[in-house]
Amino acid sequence: MPVPEPHEFFVDPGRCIGCQACIQACSECDTHRGQSMIQLDYLDRPRSTLTLPVICMHCDSPTCAEVCPADAIKRTEDGIVQTARKPRCIACNNCVLACPFGVPKMNTRMNLMMKCDMCYDRTSVGLKPMCASVCPSQALAFGTREEMARLRPNSRPVNTFQFGMQTIRTKVNVMVPADAPSETIDVTAAMYEPSIGHDVLDDVFASEGDT
Amino acid sequence: MSRFNAGKEGALAPRSVPPDRAPAALQPRWRRDFPIDWDEDDYVSRRDLVKYVVLTSGAFVVGQAWIAYKSLFGRRAAPAHALPVASVNELPVGGAKTFAYPEGSTPRLLVRTGSNAFVAYDQQCTHLQCPVVPAVEQGKLHCPCHNGWFDLQSGDPIAGPPRRRLPRVNVEVHDGTVYATGVEGSAI
Repeated sequence: MPVPEPHEFFVDPGRCIGCQACIQACSECDTHRGQSMIQLDYLDRPRSTLTLPVICMHCDSPTCAEVCPADAIKRTEDGIVQTARKPRCIACNNCVLACPFGVPKMNTRMNLMMKCDMCYDRTSVGLKPMCASVCPSQALAFGTREEMARLRPNSRPVNTFQFGMQTIRTKVNVMVPADAPSETIDVTAAMYEPSIGHDVLDDVFASEGDT
Repeated sequence: MSRFNAGKEGALAPRSVPPDRAPAALQPRWRRDFPIDWDEDDYVSRRDLVKYVVLTSGAFVVGQAWIAYKSLFGRRAAPAHALPVASVNELPVGGAKTFAYPEGSTPRLLVRTGSNAFVAYDQQCTHLQCPVVPAVEQGKLHCPCHNGWFDLQSGDPIAGPPRRRLPRVNVEVHDGTVYATGVEGSAI
């Protein structure tokens, strides 16, 4: 049963307070077998409390599935990229290395890649994903575009990402400031931008003087 | 709201898109063999396989039970009435004749083995249903298809592929007429 069309996922990293409720909730989803498939990234831990929840963006051109040699990762018609089929997954780690968003994680104990499937058992019957149902600041929000437009007038959703030459459109939206100039998020270009408020580069090969 | 929907122009396609976003016709052939979309893949879930195996095994069990029932109880349905099939004078000793008993049955074979001795069997070989022919001087019935042999007196298989006896038709002679009086079932 496909996920109902009007409901969409919206991630707003600026709202994340790092409470880890999503991580706990994710592991309690019926089909996740006690595994949490959500990650909380600390962007600059020594200097900032800034955190970022990472869920699967459900690309229309899923790189994880493209690189899977065992044909184990499938995308359903509603745009959800499902977690690896257990009988097929050979735990080769290709998807873990290839995903531009860094989503899939290898469960070495089960020899299986497990990744966010937007709680398919819940969303396909009209419920919210576990993480969105517990997130206190609604950094992870699941609802209609109309709801979000009403609740977040200063933001707008973007679901187009640029990785070098490759454009990826995702089912999950990221909230950006309403006056952001671009319709796409150029991820590779952003890697070379200084972090907000610090003279820190993500590029480890750049010398201090380049900043 | 209009600004909110700005990013919605590129709504997600129901089908996955190749990394270069080129049309399907320009894609290499292996993409058709290894589709990313769920419904194009011939993935069989474990539950579907188990369902298939259980239902098929169940069908076999039901079939076996039906065969067992037919072989245990179906034989009693054989007709008991007598039917004249030949006159004694019609057949020389060693001669044979086919008849149907009961009417509309598969061909039965009547063989005169002595001056007042007759035997009758179903004519279908128990191997693959070829018609058997009498070889009276050897005391056998012969199936030429696969060189199968049956004993003329008992109908038991004695050589070749058949493993089951020929169904025997009981015959009686009254007043110069041969009557068929019943069929002894064979196992299936």
